[in-house]
Amino acid sequence: MSASAAPAPPQTDERVAKVNPIRQFFSRPEAGAISGAIAIWLVFALYPVSQAGFLSARGTASYLEVAAELGILAVPVALLMIGGEFDLSIGSVIGICGMVTAMLATEIGWNIWPALAVALLVALAIGALNGFIVVRTGLPSFIVTLATLFMVRGLTIALTRLVTGRTQIGKLKEAAGYDSAAFIFAKEIPIGGITLPVSILWWIGLVIVGTWLLQRTQFGNWIYGVGGNPHAARNVGVPVDKVKIILFMCTAASAWLLSTIQATTYGGTDVLRGENREFYAIIAAVIGGNLLTGGFGSVVGAAFGALIYGMIQQGVVYAGIDADWVQFFLGAMLLVAVLVNRAIRARAMGGK
Amino acid sequence: MTDRTSGIPDSPIEVPPGRQGQTPLLDLRHVSKHFGRVIALSDVSINVYPGEVMCLLGDNGAGKSTLIKVLCGVHQPSDGAYLVEGTPVRFTSPREALDAGIGTVYQDLAMIPLMSVARNFFLGSEPTKGVVPFRRFDLEFADKVTREEMAKMGIILRDTNQPVGTLSGGERQCVAIARAVYFGAKVLILDEPTAALGVKEASVVLRYIAQARARGLGVVFITHNVDHAYPIGDRFTILNRGRSYGTFTKAEVSHAEVMKMMAGGEELETLAKELEKYENPNTIAAINAASGN
Ligand SMILES: Nc1ncnc2c1ncn2[C@@H]1O[C@H](COP(=O)(O)OP(=O)(O)O)[C@@H](O)[C@H]1O
Ligand SMILES: [Mg+2]
Repeated sequence: MSASAAPAPPQTDERVAKVNPIRQFFSRPEAGAISGAIAIWLVFALYPVSQAGFLSARGTASYLEVAAELGILAVPVALLMIGGEFDLSIGSVIGICGMVTAMLATEIGWNIWPALAVALLVALAIGALNGFIVVRTGLPSFIVTLATLFMVRGLTIALTRLVTGRTQIGKLKEAAGYDSAAFIFAKEIPIGGITLPVSILWWIGLVIVGTWLLQRTQFGNWIYGVGGNPHAARNVGVPVDKVKIILFMCTAASAWLLSTIQATTYGGTDVLRGENREFYAIIAAVIGGNLLTGGFGSVVGAAFGALIYGMIQQGVVYAGIDADWVQFFLGAMLLVAVLVNRAIRARAMGGK
Repeated sequence: MTDRTSGIPDSPIEVPPGRQGQTPLLDLRHVSKHFGRVIALSDVSINVYPGEVMCLLGDNGAGKSTLIKVLCGVHQPSDGAYLVEGTPVRFTSPREALDAGIGTVYQDLAMIPLMSVARNFFLGSEPTKGVVPFRRFDLEFADKVTREEMAKMGIILRDTNQPVGTLSGGERQCVAIARAVYFGAKVLILDEPTAALGVKEASVVLRYIAQARARGLGVVFITHNVDHAYPIGDRFTILNRGRSYGTFTKAEVSHAEVMKMMAGGEELETLAKELEKYENPNTIAAINAASGN
């Protein structure tokens, strides 16, 4: 049997068509979001009413800031989605983290840093709990995290009212350690006459780290595998449960980061902080080409999804259109994105 | 030789000729597996020695896949003992079996269609380079090895970045086998690797099994195709409805006898009679006329 050796393989394969770079770009998951972002930028940049404001340095800074605050969440939300799960609880985690920090720092008088550390631990615990319940029960994460979304929000409101009798806490700027925390999370960086919030740097940093993690590390390969086919991944030795729990902890940690940025920027917080952010983050990830069923997607795409949100949100203001339209446009973008991304995925799978 | 009362029997249940005193690589003794009320395996004993091909034959639903999932750590036996190189084991995950040198090609292939060939090949066993915070997946190495291993099977990949979902069934099968051979250091388990293949592709797979045996690996080859099993197998275990008909060396059974045991005897004889009808040119003409050809 082994005597009949295979013929020497040819060095090139005539079946390889010349790769057209444009075609190749449009088989990438983030292709739709990048093209969409360019189109929306052009709309507001060319529309006479919004042109001046939108193109000004201040206008650019304003939509970048909005994009950054959503983009920080969208990075781990995209990774989790590629890993085949959702986290709806992040909106409430933003709320509880701000409250834990503010209560410890203002009601009890802690230094802000240990207060932030405790808030981070709370976030990680909620993330771990979400992940643990999902992997143990096999229930859809949509339902599990919908439950924690409500539980955490209710807990935040009830406990805050119980302890302080209010639903808002201010005066965070008077807490010990505030200045150093604000330098890290709320610094305004002056650039050419305007200031850019440091949150934009956090966003860009997270996008770089997230992309590197997904594309270039073993853990990233596991994320694809876990989302693509958890049974297959488990059969070849991927610790599926561990990967999922870690991803849930990452989304919760990003909620803590956003909460910290907002609390230090505004010097206070209220119990409803972060409401609906979970939906916007999922929208950004889906516009970014991340497949709802897992196994395919891009962190860069999610970043462009967040950028699209920022540009629509601020562009509408500069265009003098009633802000009520934002939701309509965003929903329409989402619908278009799902259709476009479906075509892109078909192309990636070798279709025409 | 066996002492059912003390749990683990004291020696392999079936020792093939010339293997006395040797330790099998894998050794299942009186293993049963229940899924709730379904008894998928009942009192099955098989073993594999280095440098042999053990064929596991049986019809659909006979329990072949369940048996190999016990071997490779997906399932734990409900009853009986499992020894790897003489040591009782209880694998709780496929990872542990893999670490013990047991490489498996699953019937459903265990591949992720949207992931590239190279990423699939190394999923779960990614080569890394660099120091801890910057440790990364060595994609260049993964690409190179995937290309080389596939070339050894006579498949030239157009692009190791192409999603596995775009490969043909045979190519996909070869990726799964090449991966199991690459990572399965001691034992190679193949669940129906030739089922979906054409003649030429199947012969590539059979040649691969022969090569693995020549290198001293133990191979467990699952199939329901006796034509594929008989030429390459050293021993044959026939499963029927979760029970073993026993293990036979090639000297003990003929091709036809294996066939017969698999199908449960009578059915094949009935079939043979039916087929005889078609040998008659008049019958063939009648059938052709009836079908309008
Ligand atoms: N996870 C499971 N749960 C319940 N029954 C199962 C499970 N896996 C296999 N079975 C049953 O066990 C029997 C043997 O299946 P299987 O091992 O896949 O057969 P084969 O591979 O020989 O075709 C079948 O009746 C199947 O329905
Ligand atoms: Mg089977």
